[in-house]
Amino acid sequence: MSVSPVVHIERVTKTFPQGNVTALQDIDLELTSGELVSLIGPSGCGKSTLLRVIGDLIQPTRGSITVNGKSASQARKDGDYGIVFQDPVLFDWRTVAKNIALPLEMLGWDRNRRRARVAEMLQLVELGGFAEHHPWQLSGGMQQRVAIARALSFEPSLLLMDEPFGALDEMTRERLNLELLSIWEKTGSTVVFVTHSISEAVFLSTRVVVMSPRPGRIAGVVDIDLPYPRTVETREAPRFFELVTEVRELLRSRGEHLLPEEEEALQ
Amino acid sequence: MLAVVVVLLGLWELYRWIWTSTGWTWPFVVNDTSMPHIWTIAKAFGQPAQVNQAALITVLLHKTAFTAKEAAAGFGLGAVIGFLIGVVLVHSRLLQRGFLPYIVGSQTVPILAIAPMVVVWVNPKLPGPLQGWGAVAVIATYLTFFPVAINTLRGLRSADTQALELMRTYAASRWWVLWKLRVPASLPYVFSALRLAATASVVGAIIGELPTGLQDGLGGAIINFNQYYSIEPQELWATNVIAAALGIAFFLIVVLAERAIVRRAPENVA
Amino acid sequence: MTSRAARQAVEWLPALIVFVVVIGLWEGLVRALHVQQFLLPKPSTILSVFWTQRHTLWPAGWYTFKEALGGFAVGSGLGILAATVVARFKTAGTALMPIFIAANAVPIIAFAPIFGAWFNPISPHSKMAVAGVLCFLPVMVNTLRGLNSAKPRQIELMRSYAASELEIWRRVRVPSALPFLFTSLKVASVLAMIGAIVGEYFGGALNALGVLINTDAQIFQFQTAWAGILVASLLGIALYCAVGASERVVLRWSPQARDS
Repeated sequence: MSVSPVVHIERVTKTFPQGNVTALQDIDLELTSGELVSLIGPSGCGKSTLLRVIGDLIQPTRGSITVNGKSASQARKDGDYGIVFQDPVLFDWRTVAKNIALPLEMLGWDRNRRRARVAEMLQLVELGGFAEHHPWQLSGGMQQRVAIARALSFEPSLLLMDEPFGALDEMTRERLNLELLSIWEKTGSTVVFVTHSISEAVFLSTRVVVMSPRPGRIAGVVDIDLPYPRTVETREAPRFFELVTEVRELLRSRGEHLLPEEEEALQ
Repeated sequence: MLAVVVVLLGLWELYRWIWTSTGWTWPFVVNDTSMPHIWTIAKAFGQPAQVNQAALITVLLHKTAFTAKEAAAGFGLGAVIGFLIGVVLVHSRLLQRGFLPYIVGSQTVPILAIAPMVVVWVNPKLPGPLQGWGAVAVIATYLTFFPVAINTLRGLRSADTQALELMRTYAASRWWVLWKLRVPASLPYVFSALRLAATASVVGAIIGELPTGLQDGLGGAIINFNQYYSIEPQELWATNVIAAALGIAFFLIVVLAERAIVRRAPENVA
Repeated sequence: MTSRAARQAVEWLPALIVFVVVIGLWEGLVRALHVQQFLLPKPSTILSVFWTQRHTLWPAGWYTFKEALGGFAVGSGLGILAATVVARFKTAGTALMPIFIAANAVPIIAFAPIFGAWFNPISPHSKMAVAGVLCFLPVMVNTLRGLNSAKPRQIELMRSYAASELEIWRRVRVPSALPFLFTSLKVASVLAMIGAIVGEYFGGALNALGVLINTDAQIFQFQTAWAGILVASLLGIALYCAVGASERVVLRWSPQARDS
């Protein structure tokens, strides 16, 4: 596996000129290798923006960020991270196998190497028989698994996920949570996971970063001391509920500006 | 926009100058006949084309009015017929499967070839004042109805399935569903087709005039000036400019009407 | 019959029934009402002329078809090129768009005589020019729309791979443009044939279909004219189906391609 990643975010601020919106204000955060960190907060708290800053898809107005000891831009060019969006963003004109192979093609891998890796990834996300299918033939959950396989195909040390299971039903979501944990265990990558769901954040993470909106700031960080591997039973443990409550209180306390709908959304 | 037009006119003159000085003959020979100066064309508007006639521009405007009448009638009739076809077909998949191939196929028939026969057949059936130009209007209708029919059908079908289900819970009659749901949903598509139809009706009107030998319209003027092309090329060009302007004018009218009626406009439609 | 073939046959059945009924009515009414043959010949007459005159009609059709094909190829090719340029250079694109929209509204047909003057009225090039110009606009406008239809998230994804502009084009924009391109090619295929025939109205070789139909109509040989029209129609439909077939091959992956 590659170099142990460190993401170092220092006093990052992002203002969008249109509408004069301060999406992020003075964010300080450090991520160590192998962590699974969730970013949670109501709409407008900047969590997706922060994710994109890490990925060099948005440039900060002020402040600095290093990924793996390099600038975010260099990290992107070196292919240090893989990204998964809320919708799978698969290419209709490619089969599942070809979709997963996309970054590998761009990296110039030869055909045999690609084929071998694609087969590996399909096993990893348990979609073994679907290599020649087309995206529209798969359910939403399966498509998202393809997207995850694609993001991991070139073994990045960092995985960025922007509400990847947000569009799925609860049962599929819980199952994919378990799958993600098992993949994370096998690959040992560092994961930054943006979510709206408190229970998902607590279930998955080593740490939960709570953000508050207008302007986007870190309200607090909760260490999740639940043991790994986490299972279905973990969700029923008393400590789980305590942590969920802790996160919720943190969201409430810093979110005096929360509208009732926003509170609703943070279930 | 104006700047772009000026640039294009400038390019015309530039092309002309380059080709005449170098004597290139590909893709076609450039001289005063094949590419008259912009100025020559502009001047031609002010002069009479034939002795004892008014200035070209006046003559052309009369002819434009004549052709516009045919096109407008064709547009109106074609739009209505096309719309009705769409409305009828949306209610029956069977009818769709039966008739759509022919509706599509109808456009492969070169209307120009049928035009003389249409004229001979339709003219006697029309009341006196409608004769002549009425037949051309029929031809314009033929070119207009197709895009309207196809797009109306698409538009009427585009109504959201859940909205349709909602209508069923109201036990809404087909009529109601049509007017309250489908038609409003279809408007963007219909207007998109009307834009095409505007041009098609002008094309149909001009084409229709060609074989019918009607002197009163732009088609007649084109045939006339075509015969004199080697002597007075600028007159044909002037006629073409006016014909183009007519097409654009019709198009703009539809666009403005659309803006007035459909204030929310999803642009990426058909 | 396999179930798929059976299903397709059922799909086409209503159309077939309509065809038979209409032809039957046509033939019947013309006979019963003694409609003058010179106005509207019976389908049976048209068919027999279609066959008996095939030595003149079919080669003429082929000649005109070649003009249409040439125009189709050149016009569509230039349309694709123009769309690529406009999509690549955004500022030029936005400035030129109104021109293209206005150009779309111009009755190209009016310019047919001028093309005749440029390329010599008899030569096939003038008809190719008419067909080509008719094809250029729909292909250009639709290809442009297709190239711009790539979803923003797809572009974001490619940027996360540090993809170059060329790679984004190759892997995202061009494949997304293909469905739009083929729709416009189908429209263009019909326009090309019509353009060629209309172009011939203003002069063309004696063995060209449009000229033939025209002269036949003028000397009231309407049966032959109708037979000629049948040839023209069939060729137009043939080109359309050829494009449709290649669409189904290229766009194998698309769920929408099935519907056309």
